[in-house]
Amino acid sequence: MAREYETVIGLEVHVELATKTKIFCGCSTEFGGAPNTHTCPVCTGMPGSLPVLNKQVVEYAMAVGLATDCQIHQKCKFDRKNYFYPDNPQNYQISQLYLPICHDGWVEIETEEGRKKIGIHEIHMEEDAGKLIHDEWGECSLVDFNRSGVPLIEIVSEPDMRSAEEVIAYLDKLRLIIQYLGASDCKLQEGSMRADVNLSVREKGSEVFGTRTEMKNLNSFKAIARAIEGEKNRQIDLLEEGHAVIQETRRWDDTKESSYPMRSKEDAQDYRYFPDPDLVPIVISDEWLDQIRGRQPELRTEKLERYKEEFDIPQYDAQILTSSKKLADIFEATTAICQKPKKVSNWLMGETLRLLKEHSQEPEDLAFSPENLAKLISLTEEGTINNKAAKEVFEQVFAEDIDPEVYVEEHGLKSVSDEGELRRVIEEIVTANPQSVADYKSGKKKAIGFLVGQTMKAMKGKADPGAVNKILAEILEK
Amino acid sequence: MDILDLTAVRLSEKIKGGELSAVEATKAVLGQISSVEDYYHCYVTVEEEKALRQAEQVQEKIKAGELSGPLAGVPVAIKDNICTEGMRTTCSSRILYNFIPTYTATAAKALKEAGAIVLGKANMDEFAMGSTTETSYYGVTKNPWNPEHVPGGSSGGSCAAVAAREAFCALGSDTGGSIRQPSSFCGVTGLKPTYGTVSRYGLIAYGSSLDQIGPVAKDVADCAALLEVLAVHDPKDSTSVRREETDFTAALVQDVKGMRIGIPKDYMGEGLDPQVREAVEQAAKVLEEQGAIVEGFDLSLVEYAIPAYYVIASAEASSNLSRFDGVKYGYRTEDYEGLHNMYKKTRSEGFGEEVKRRIMLGSFVLSSGYYDAYYLKALRTKALIKQAFDRAFEKYDVILGPTAPTTAPRLGESLKDPLQMYLGDIYTVSVNLAGLPGMSVPYGIDDKGLPIGVQFIGDAFQENKVIRAGYALEQTREWQMPDTKKGGR
Repeated sequence: MAREYETVIGLEVHVELATKTKIFCGCSTEFGGAPNTHTCPVCTGMPGSLPVLNKQVVEYAMAVGLATDCQIHQKCKFDRKNYFYPDNPQNYQISQLYLPICHDGWVEIETEEGRKKIGIHEIHMEEDAGKLIHDEWGECSLVDFNRSGVPLIEIVSEPDMRSAEEVIAYLDKLRLIIQYLGASDCKLQEGSMRADVNLSVREKGSEVFGTRTEMKNLNSFKAIARAIEGEKNRQIDLLEEGHAVIQETRRWDDTKESSYPMRSKEDAQDYRYFPDPDLVPIVISDEWLDQIRGRQPELRTEKLERYKEEFDIPQYDAQILTSSKKLADIFEATTAICQKPKKVSNWLMGETLRLLKEHSQEPEDLAFSPENLAKLISLTEEGTINNKAAKEVFEQVFAEDIDPEVYVEEHGLKSVSDEGELRRVIEEIVTANPQSVADYKSGKKKAIGFLVGQTMKAMKGKADPGAVNKILAEILEK
Repeated sequence: MDILDLTAVRLSEKIKGGELSAVEATKAVLGQISSVEDYYHCYVTVEEEKALRQAEQVQEKIKAGELSGPLAGVPVAIKDNICTEGMRTTCSSRILYNFIPTYTATAAKALKEAGAIVLGKANMDEFAMGSTTETSYYGVTKNPWNPEHVPGGSSGGSCAAVAAREAFCALGSDTGGSIRQPSSFCGVTGLKPTYGTVSRYGLIAYGSSLDQIGPVAKDVADCAALLEVLAVHDPKDSTSVRREETDFTAALVQDVKGMRIGIPKDYMGEGLDPQVREAVEQAAKVLEEQGAIVEGFDLSLVEYAIPAYYVIASAEASSNLSRFDGVKYGYRTEDYEGLHNMYKKTRSEGFGEEVKRRIMLGSFVLSSGYYDAYYLKALRTKALIKQAFDRAFEKYDVILGPTAPTTAPRLGESLKDPLQMYLGDIYTVSVNLAGLPGMSVPYGIDDKGLPIGVQFIGDAFQENKVIRAGYALEQTREWQMPDTKKGGR
């Protein structure tokens, strides 16, 4: 009988913090500058330069720690992780090993099997490295230190996850928490959130952990799910064939859907960690901690409950709207202007998400203003434009954030509400289509649809379909 | 009196008084450099043109009343591990043979803003590792009192330059005695401030938790004036301390009445040259005669200071020096295959023996499995040494002792037995481990004609007591400088 296996997964998640300046110097963290323009003696490892800690980094780390029920080390410090690599200008990374800022927390995830707590072992602060660019044609590699010294937090989970589904739910939970805190935009594709997967398998019911591997280079939720599946199967196959799993770091190639070993445990470097003598210990007073606690924004769960209560919208709507901080922000801002929460919700959940999908974008990429969405909603509510026109206008709002009132005016999209004009056109349509009229009168009520369509066509779509139906019925019933 | 014999403060007074100009002073000292530098080799780099141009600018500012401080117009030497924008900074190492910093260290900047004129960069032991200035890639510096002897180290170039009158005063750095010991060997006055007093921003790190920049000068008054300029809180250095009292020149009064001075018996025993011991005892006697209360006491733990120091300093150095890899600046080996070979060859060729020895020692004590046994134990020892000093300063205002066990050894002797050389730091390293201020003051000449230094140690932030005691002693001694006219002839 085939053995049954259980997958055991723990995650190391790196998150780039949304500070304006780097962790140990005043250089900008802005993405995409010309190479080595956001640099100074400190982040390029010039001799004699010294790091000075950016306070905002500590505050973001504390906020994430508090939101994940962590304990805060009120006296923590930085350590040096020593290794040679050209993207690391000092040849040591300033990180936290001995006393990380946060430890022993948890988040709750929801999967089809129900709710589950995922433990957080620790959260520590560290600096990012520069970027190496290998010249494909030349004989050299180049290094760009713009990213060197960008602040990161690393969130290390306990090995509490058992499936790709749980991993995705956990990552999604972290992403939402951090976005809600404003600590990072958490974009996997752009690398502001990166996850390394530690995975082992064991026979179901076993208490001991199997040998684990660490998987790197996972830059989308889908890649993570595929990598977990692939690695689980690889390990089970090894065990089934009587081989041992080797403890190593592997790199996932998502296009080939397979991984290959990067380095084994034997090659593992001795990082010779020791406390960084250039930085003084960070002392977090009770007052400072209380201040951060007091400033914690409403997180998703609370927001979801409030939406149902305050705006009287269904659970399903509230779930989708709060699934992105950006979506929730637009929802609240638009509702505050037009006071029509359900209408706002419909626009966001319907057309907005449809267009995002069409453009392969994330809600975080939304660029239109709540004012313009609110105007559009008012125009439809007043009957100034019909739904078809409204969708056309919204596409423009979505793409260019245009003013719907101006657009409707300029493009002559106003519905014709002049009943006399409408009645005259309908009478012409009725006269011109005796067959349809006869069908209708003989009981084929569906024939009215054709007449409505003809009327709308004649009106160039500017008629209110409700009014057309009403007038047609009157004429036909005569 | 020859201009060159003036102290920094006196020189500045004369310049401000219009008796002579900053340019004249600079020319005088550059003249001395051109006549004796080949012989003593105090400098790695001398920047004549820049110095003269700066002297002209300073003179203009003095005339315009924009510069009036005690160092205005004074030509100085800066140790070659302190970054100076546009001026080569090598740490006396091959690995930085072509390194021109893009910024100026906070301490050097403060000096320049005070109107000091930078003559060039003083020779030193490579990366400040050594006690003789013989580990410099750019050649040894000779002791101006007797060129067959070493000037001490690692700030040997700074101290010899002041003794040879190739600079009126200088900046040194002190990690385990690197200002005080060569000051003692060269017969000049050198002060290592309380850790955190002078910004380390721009000081190329050796042992970050121990390094301090400090003044080297002809007398205590110059040291006090320099320290006043240097002791500024720097937001660029997280370990920089905002000090309340920095009026160090106020301590220049000859009054030690009632001052309690302790002499550690542990400093006066085995291994101490009898002539140095005599000088310390004589200094004690003189201070006692002036009203100080002097007594011997047991400091304890002295024998643990050297091992603890070499573990901590080497550990930090192994990490601090890892940035010198041939990638971004400095020396890169000619031929290599791939990245790791480039690293290995560059560092093997770029660093000298002593530096490599300490990098290996430091890497070893931080390695997994040895960290607790060596590094952590050394940190605990450091804390105990600090406590021993705390107890001493409950009873005493200052501690008096020798700066070094002997006067300057002959060239070429020390590096033969590094362990023996390390033991020469016995009276100075504890002061760095405890983060305290210490000053070496010349006091007497031995039978070889070499100067002897005595050391005053104060509690943290008590430089004023050290300065007061040193000043009082200095007033009783005969002014002595080496005769550099013999130099090169």
